Amino acid sequence: MYRYDQFDEAFVRERVAQFRGQVARRIDGSLTEDEFKPLRLKNGVYLQLHAYMLRIAIPYGTLSSVQLRQLALIGERYDRGYGHFTTRQNLQFNWPKLRDIPDILDLLADVGMHCIQTSGNCIRNTTADHFAGAAADEVEDPRPTAELIRQWSTMHPEFDYLPRKFKIAVTGAPRDRAAIRAHDIGIQVVRHPVSGEVGYRLFVGGGLGRTPMIGKLVRDFLPKAHLLAYLQSLMRVYNLEGRRDNKYKARVKILVHEIGIEEFRGRVEAEFAALDPAAIAADPEEVARIEAYFAPPAFVTLPETSQRLVADRARDPAFDRWVETNTFPHREPGYAAVTVSLKPVGGVPGDATSDQMRAVADLADAHSFGEIRVSHHQNLILPHVRQDALHGLWTGLVAAGLAEANAGLITDIIACPGLDYCALATARSIPIAQAISRRFASAERQREIGELGIKISGCINACGHHHVGHIGILGLEKSGQESYQVTLGGDATENAAIGQLLGPGIAATEVPDAIERLVAVYLAHRREGETFAEAVRRLGIEPFKAGFLATPAESANAAA
Amino acid sequence: MPLLDAAGFRADPWHRVAAGEPATGEAVLVGLAELPAVIAGRSNAQRVGVEVANTVRLPELSPFLGQIDLVAIAFPAFADGRAFSLARQLREAGFKGAVRAVGPVIADQFTHLVACGFDEVEVPDAIAARQPEAQWRSALASYGATYQTGYGAGASILERRRALRAGQGAAS
Repeated sequence: MYRYDQFDEAFVRERVAQFRGQVARRIDGSLTEDEFKPLRLKNGVYLQLHAYMLRIAIPYGTLSSVQLRQLALIGERYDRGYGHFTTRQNLQFNWPKLRDIPDILDLLADVGMHCIQTSGNCIRNTTADHFAGAAADEVEDPRPTAELIRQWSTMHPEFDYLPRKFKIAVTGAPRDRAAIRAHDIGIQVVRHPVSGEVGYRLFVGGGLGRTPMIGKLVRDFLPKAHLLAYLQSLMRVYNLEGRRDNKYKARVKILVHEIGIEEFRGRVEAEFAALDPAAIAADPEEVARIEAYFAPPAFVTLPETSQRLVADRARDPAFDRWVETNTFPHREPGYAAVTVSLKPVGGVPGDATSDQMRAVADLADAHSFGEIRVSHHQNLILPHVRQDALHGLWTGLVAAGLAEANAGLITDIIACPGLDYCALATARSIPIAQAISRRFASAERQREIGELGIKISGCINACGHHHVGHIGILGLEKSGQESYQVTLGGDATENAAIGQLLGPGIAATEVPDAIERLVAVYLAHRREGETFAEAVRRLGIEPFKAGFLATPAESANAAA
Repeated sequence: MPLLDAAGFRADPWHRVAAGEPATGEAVLVGLAELPAVIAGRSNAQRVGVEVANTVRLPELSPFLGQIDLVAIAFPAFADGRAFSLARQLREAGFKGAVRAVGPVIADQFTHLVACGFDEVEVPDAIAARQPEAQWRSALASYGATYQTGYGAGASILERRRALRAGQGAAS
């Protein structure tokens, strides 16, 4: 994985020193609160409901064991012994003190990390497929591209004061595990159908929030060497033309929607035509330097099937269930990618204690070349585990309380921090996730239901990505009461879709029953092997709407 | 309003001419609407500059770029970053005169401004009072190098890496 060289290191140290100076200048009155705010946000510091929150960038969700141990240390020393992994592959600390933040930034810089551009109206942390470099279906590892974008977008002098935040995601595979069409720019590495050249397909104008939109195709094929020039052109059109009169209409998705994708594409291409891509691109040696960091680790040659794994699974049913749900096929024979669930039944989605972080770091050193990923599902990934070693790994995870066998299942819920932490929230998210998780706690029942993604947001800003949940839950405030809207049919993959509203908002206590009724409709209608999302696509929303709107008495009768 | 460049605060040689006033003086700063007439009527030695909103588009300025010495672009608020792109477009179009930011920009943006092609800033008195010259100089010094090639005078990090590789290649 990427390691800072002397230039990256110096750059980040300078930013820490700069932020120290900015804090001092805020205190001595050189900067007003209004002037300080965007500077603070660009350094990842939010003022939340009860305290400051610090958001740490985890570029494209890739972490080393050394970095994860440092996060554990920071959580212990400056927070309450835990951290929260987010839907943008970042980590948030919810209780740091403002005066400690420059020291925390120094500790992060010690391990090649920072909080730069994790907030504010700038280009945010670039995200990527959490199985990058491990997945069998990849055209190419997306991380060298994401790292190139990380560097290019870091303190870009032209694009640091955009109309609104700007998020870029990259996938190297046709199966989209990075939700690229829910981003301002989504990039897919593709092979040209005729020439075979590897390049990019770009989508623009995706995004959730109060006006959810699916990204539209803006460039079907872009040669790799043109990427930075094209991004510069697109960002320039947005910076000049994006609306600044209303923050709720300031994202690029609104510009694309208002002028149309054809017109938007034309303006970008006109800018692009005026630029010299070679003057903006990283030179081939630089590209090669970055790529070398992502060379595959030293895999050993193994048979496709591990006899040891087969025996371990036959012997241990709990382990067998976990392997079934929490491992993902690896491109190398005899290896697997593992999802470490941060969704224990009744727990807080995405939270990990400092002890758990250390346990995962140790297991990564023992079994996954010291490498960890953060997924946008708020789980951790050990990308390169020998199948022979899975039982040993699982035993370690059990000891750390991290062996929940629920990856992709109904209790693998995504939830924003909601009203328990967030200053913007209109309702609680975490307790809703916990209630659903407890209701469907039975491992047998979860497996019977199969793949089903529930996503919960505590306000219309949609940090919990509810619009693209198979079932989406949005918490609002209605005459002083929390009210939850439920949507169906959302999808964050290559079949990207925005969920449709099932009916009027319901009370928090009614949510688990409503989910039960939707699951019952699915179980009653599904065909052999059909997932919840596939069944919704085939059946449409109506049967589910009827189920959702049924009173408890009616649904009891229907079940009888 | 006080004027500042990389060397510090200095006197402003430009005289702002309101619409309808005679454009007399050695260096006159006028609006876009007045610009064609002022250029047509200028004396040989007179320098002419134009002051524009950040919503003006490059093609509106292009016909005049060879004939003017200053483009002053308004920042209605420091967080409104449109002028960064407009300044870049002016430089990419080959404009060799001075580019000025006018409005409540802050010292922390000085590096961004210079990298995008601005030479000078004209800030409200209140900002100049809160952020004295030393803060602007120190803001410029707070970036050793940045990642973007072609922004600003110094070598980018990518160019420095290339130079380092070349040096290592030569040494070995």
